[in-house]
Amino acid sequence: MAATSVTGAAMSEALTSGRTARAARLRLPDHGVYLALGALLLFNLLFTANFATVANLRLQLVQVAPVAIVALGMALVIGTEGIDLSVGSTMAIAAALLPLYLGYGPWPAIGVAVLAGAFIGLVNGGLVAYGIQPIIATLGLLVAGRGVALVLADGRLVEIFDPTLAAIGGGQVLGVPVPVLAALGLACAAGFVLRRGAFGRRVVAVGGNRAAAVLAGLPVRRTLITVYVISGLLAAVAGVLTTGRQGASDPSFTGLLIELSAITAVVVGGTPLAGGRVRVLGTLVGALLMQLIIATVIQHDLHDSTARMIQAAIIVAAVHAQRDRSGT
Amino acid sequence: MDEPVCEVRDISKRFGGVLALDRVSLRLDAGEAHALVGENGAGKSTLIKILTGVHRPDGGTVRHLGRAVSFARPRDAQEAGISTIYQEVNLAPLLSVAHNLFLGREPVNRLGLLDHGRMRREASELLARYGVTVDVRRPLRELGLGIRQMVAVARAVSTRARVVIMDEPTSSLAPREVDLLTSVIDMLREQDIAVLYVTHKLDEVFRVCRRVSVLRDGRLVHTGPVSGTTRIGLVATMLGRPVAEVRRHGVTSFREAHQVRGAEPVLRAEGLVRGHVLNDVSVEVRPGEVVGLAGLLGSGRSETARAVFGADPLDAGTVTVDGRMRRRWNPGAAIRSGVCMVPEDRKADGIVPGLSVRDNITLAALPRLTRAGLVSRGARDRIVETFVRRLGIKVSSPDQKVGELSGGNQQKVLLARMMCLHPKVLILDEPTRGIDVGAKAEIQALIDELAESGLGVLLVSELEEIVEGAGTVLVLRDGTAAGVLRGDEIGEHRIMELIASAAPEKPAHDPAYEPVNEPPDEPSDEPPDEPSYEPAREHGGDLGDGRGDE
Repeated sequence: MAATSVTGAAMSEALTSGRTARAARLRLPDHGVYLALGALLLFNLLFTANFATVANLRLQLVQVAPVAIVALGMALVIGTEGIDLSVGSTMAIAAALLPLYLGYGPWPAIGVAVLAGAFIGLVNGGLVAYGIQPIIATLGLLVAGRGVALVLADGRLVEIFDPTLAAIGGGQVLGVPVPVLAALGLACAAGFVLRRGAFGRRVVAVGGNRAAAVLAGLPVRRTLITVYVISGLLAAVAGVLTTGRQGASDPSFTGLLIELSAITAVVVGGTPLAGGRVRVLGTLVGALLMQLIIATVIQHDLHDSTARMIQAAIIVAAVHAQRDRSGT
Repeated sequence: MDEPVCEVRDISKRFGGVLALDRVSLRLDAGEAHALVGENGAGKSTLIKILTGVHRPDGGTVRHLGRAVSFARPRDAQEAGISTIYQEVNLAPLLSVAHNLFLGREPVNRLGLLDHGRMRREASELLARYGVTVDVRRPLRELGLGIRQMVAVARAVSTRARVVIMDEPTSSLAPREVDLLTSVIDMLREQDIAVLYVTHKLDEVFRVCRRVSVLRDGRLVHTGPVSGTTRIGLVATMLGRPVAEVRRHGVTSFREAHQVRGAEPVLRAEGLVRGHVLNDVSVEVRPGEVVGLAGLLGSGRSETARAVFGADPLDAGTVTVDGRMRRRWNPGAAIRSGVCMVPEDRKADGIVPGLSVRDNITLAALPRLTRAGLVSRGARDRIVETFVRRLGIKVSSPDQKVGELSGGNQQKVLLARMMCLHPKVLILDEPTRGIDVGAKAEIQALIDELAESGLGVLLVSELEEIVEGAGTVLVLRDGTAAGVLRGDEIGEHRIMELIASAAPEKPAHDPAYEPVNEPPDEPSDEPPDEPSYEPAREHGGDLGDGRGDE
């Protein structure tokens, strides 16, 4: 449904005139995701019962928050022409570490979990900076990381009764759930750094033309290591939020396959897999779009696999739109 | 032997608006080694690709073994007996030597299974004929480039090739391996195989080949026996310059050579050695001086420029800036100490196409524009505005993507990127290649102006620009210094003479092995090789007098 609305919008524009057609195709990767989200919201407002309720919207946002946070880090990594497959396992490790260190209080436990995420990022970034292909470098920790998490937790789900963690995962400030606030805050920070910070320029320069970045004297290795550290850090934060909301540390399933959702959100949001550009708002909207597709399908009593097919169609459309862009 | 093995007649090939080959005719006789030479864009690779079935000619005929042929794909050419050995050997690196030799025509036993024993035996015998004794079970990638080349040759010959095309086969070989290749070519000739030897090394033309053909701008400008050719004549033909001394003015926008200020060089690079591409090259640049690097394609001009900037890892050599020898030399360190470079390949190494003109200009200046991690917008926009105006960069707005600009404007953006750092030395590698006449003149005038203001410039360019723009010229040949010319000595004839001069025979000696350079991001896969080339001291290989006699 959403997929057809994307192409439909492009086609109607394309038919107006040749000149607009070219412009429309150029803009599609940038704005297609907003059009698709708008279309999906409209569809739901019209045809889905109980969609426009505060409770439902809040639920959707809370569910999407961890994906969005992980996707922010992933967007930076993809901006450098990299990829981080280890984010899901990093979430699991963070989740597994929490109950082990809760004895020292909630904040030290959270600190340990987040530091572990940063450390995983350091390993990934180090491997990438010194010449290992990102997909290989992070594949190792995708596999090994979850193993480590299961060993740490003894392979069991551990229930957590900690008010601080519960508040972080399930609390609200002025009616907005804390994970949603966290996602928004981190997105604002990422947007600011990318727009105003030298770091943001370095990220897109390294992704856009690494040889040129080297010859311009930029600290290419340091930039690469930093984006992977940020990705690991954000994954750990997502792991803490998820654990807090569930009230249990579940290393078997926390963050399982989230790397795919995150990559999808980034790509659908208009960040090219070839790097050189990072779209923060697009990434958030991309994550939200994917979440809403699942919600829509479920609320209309369709099978889960329908949602996946639609998601797959959107990914293909997004990648195709990017290919067109580089071709012109 | 009247009938040639292979012959092209009046071959033309057009790519878009560019005529890459213009009615080129060439014949290859059985048992001859035929050199094909020419500078960048002369049409050498297009001609090879037509012979090997990669491209199809727009006009003309290809005759092979007495019949007119038309190859639709590379496989057709191979089956007809035309084999090509490329610079970068394209075999399967993970497969064993034997498997590579018999790839696609493996011996099988009665059950239709691979006969490994026979394959190993025959592979060993085949290679032994070329003086190569290796365990043929080893994966190809474990072997040196020279051996890999031999495997490629052996494979080509064992597929009953009648024509073997070698595309710059020695560019990554050690001198010892070059000798081996030479003797293999002699063996091929004895088997009546025609060898088309594409190279830009004059020594090899005279050493290996019987006839030589020269391409320039898509046309065949010379073909004839090597014995009737002089080196200087060959160089002049390749470069398209008359042999007589020429020193014209007014063709480029350079003015008369300006006064060099101060005797102390701001930059001194000594004894640069890198693999097989640079052997003991030294260069000095004084404030206000334009030093030109001249030489044929592949002579080490760009490699010297990149080495001085710290862009490639070096096996030996030192770089001194402002009298201080620099360790940990890499582009970042070079830029911080005031040595900046505009690279040769604008697209691959220069612009970041998806970023704006503003971001591209200030890319290298980022560290200086940043306070507490934030880029100062005011300072950045001032720089961009200043240089867009000063260099006359034509942009619709500073937000325009650099990828949308013309070549000349992209080049100006790269110049601005380095000029805004207020360098002491600017290394310019082919700054005017592939840009329109107007932008070319502007950049030439700019180089003058910069030197006038006391900047040292190291310029890699075509002969004309070097002669008119440089006050000192270092002539390079096969990765070594062939000589230095100053002031009135500089002329096209003198430069061509130095390029053409034979490498002096002198016992190999090891320059001090002193790796100082921090390798940049991409690690080189070339192991440092013992430098056993002939040093070119006799021709005044050293620039300046900072070095004692040896």
